[in-house]
Amino acid sequence: MPVLAIHTQSRVSGDLRFPAHRIEGLAGTSFKHEHLSSILVDEEQNRGFFEVHAENYMGAGGAPHAALTRIREDHPVSLHGVCMSIGGPQPLDKTHLARFAALVERYEPQLVSEHLAWSTHSTTYYNDLLPLPYTEATLQRVAEHIDEVQEIIRRPLLLENPSTYLLFRESTMSETAFIREIVKRTGCGLLLDVNNVFVSATNHGFSALDYLADYPLDHVGEIHLAGHAAQEDDEGDLLLIDSHDGPVADAVWKLFEIVIGRCGPIPTLVEWDSAIPEWPVLKAEAKAAQAILDRHAAAFRRERLNAHA
Amino acid sequence: MHTLEREPAGTASGAGYCRDFTPGLLDPARKTPALVTGPNGKAADKRFNVYRNNVTVSLINALAAVYPAVMRITGEPFFRAMARFHVRETPPTSPLLFEYGRDFPDFIERYEYAQSMPWLADVARIERGWLDAYHAADAAALSPTELAAVPPDRLGDLVFEAHPATRILHSGYPAVTIFSVNRASDPVGPIETTVAESALVTRPMLEVEVRRLAPGVGLFLGGLMAGETMASAAAAAGEANADFDLAAAIRVMLEAGAFAAIRRGE
Repeated sequence: MPVLAIHTQSRVSGDLRFPAHRIEGLAGTSFKHEHLSSILVDEEQNRGFFEVHAENYMGAGGAPHAALTRIREDHPVSLHGVCMSIGGPQPLDKTHLARFAALVERYEPQLVSEHLAWSTHSTTYYNDLLPLPYTEATLQRVAEHIDEVQEIIRRPLLLENPSTYLLFRESTMSETAFIREIVKRTGCGLLLDVNNVFVSATNHGFSALDYLADYPLDHVGEIHLAGHAAQEDDEGDLLLIDSHDGPVADAVWKLFEIVIGRCGPIPTLVEWDSAIPEWPVLKAEAKAAQAILDRHAAAFRRERLNAHA
Repeated sequence: MHTLEREPAGTASGAGYCRDFTPGLLDPARKTPALVTGPNGKAADKRFNVYRNNVTVSLINALAAVYPAVMRITGEPFFRAMARFHVRETPPTSPLLFEYGRDFPDFIERYEYAQSMPWLADVARIERGWLDAYHAADAAALSPTELAAVPPDRLGDLVFEAHPATRILHSGYPAVTIFSVNRASDPVGPIETTVAESALVTRPMLEVEVRRLAPGVGLFLGGLMAGETMASAAAAAGEANADFDLAAAIRVMLEAGAFAAIRRGE
């Protein structure tokens, strides 16, 4: 218990300011409470960043805030919202928006992201990242929602591309065209989930490389990697599920390496949200990502030197 | 950008997709919505089922995370079947999943197949109280020295401000005993008691604590939490229970960190 000492005083007075850890070029992992004690005694783990789901820290107090405070003191943190319902037609939930902004203010995360998806309709919360049609009307609504979020958090939001299992007949543009236009209209950044690209490409029969060629890589501020599971569609063909319950697939590592080769060492997160392994297993995935980032960081430095020579 | 005038969902151009997509998510009898498809004209039934499954299973998992003792008592298949009925009848209205399942104890109470376990709903109420205490605001608990500094002749006038985490739950069954043995991982033997029990749920620091209260103490602490003076709460507890021990009750409430502050009553 003393390990998790909470600084109620400084929090109340608004003095609490965390170290400005740099996140550039780092790999990270999802932060799971069951790993906290292992992380705190892990002397080797001194570089990586941690990503948390914002909603898990929207309670008033207690152990979640104590744990996140402890983590944030020693590491860069990425705040990842999962239920803002940016992709829905109805107005954003103002209470939720205020809670989200309060977390950004309180924890000073290095990265802040949300999803191109919706999860609330009318008054029901469906607890899933549901897909939207890509049309001029949804484009306008999503752009308005992102403007609204960015205005209240006073910084750019990174928008994550979804994993999808089906398409809408009414869609009039590709996902990449939709995302490019969102970036242009709102100035938001992007969270490129490479696993989601691979899952959607498999499910809809397009080329992941074509997707990446058409995707505005210049605006990527973070990358996600995760494991997926396999099922079958109605025709007996492969249908991949974005399950976050296992190691990153080889094909996703290859795509990741291609992206990093083009973009340089962008902060990269390994997500693992279900069937969560012991800390060393998750850490090993992050180390594999870090090795790729480090290799390309060196290549990018050489390139810059040559360019100046 | 300021909030724009918006047409209600479902009538604005391009806004019908949520209206058409959602009914089937929690109702397996409904067909795949006509607005979706697989690529190149492929069918979308199994594809839509991925979303149905994600929604239902993740919400059942959310209830399982809030109510582990209930699940241990009923076994997982029974629990998941019961939770599935509840999820379809009462899906969440908040995106904060730790707020979900507030109506589940009442659902358990009227669930046909749980009627042979009349104490199960109270065990669920203690688990719900546990999670509320876990997320409650941080506050320092009242220290024994603070109370000791009050002159004895003033004690009766004191009123107490509850700690934000504190909950008291009364059960007509031995729900606290059943809760305690089923939240631990040890094997559960036969429970030899049938008496009514009250639970005191507190979180003086970060760990949630659940205590079974001696007869009368629950009434006393409940009175204090409702804003009664110490004298009036003690008198009510003593009237209801000849064995009520005021000194022991005060010891328990201090040890548990049930209150945050004291002030002089009117």
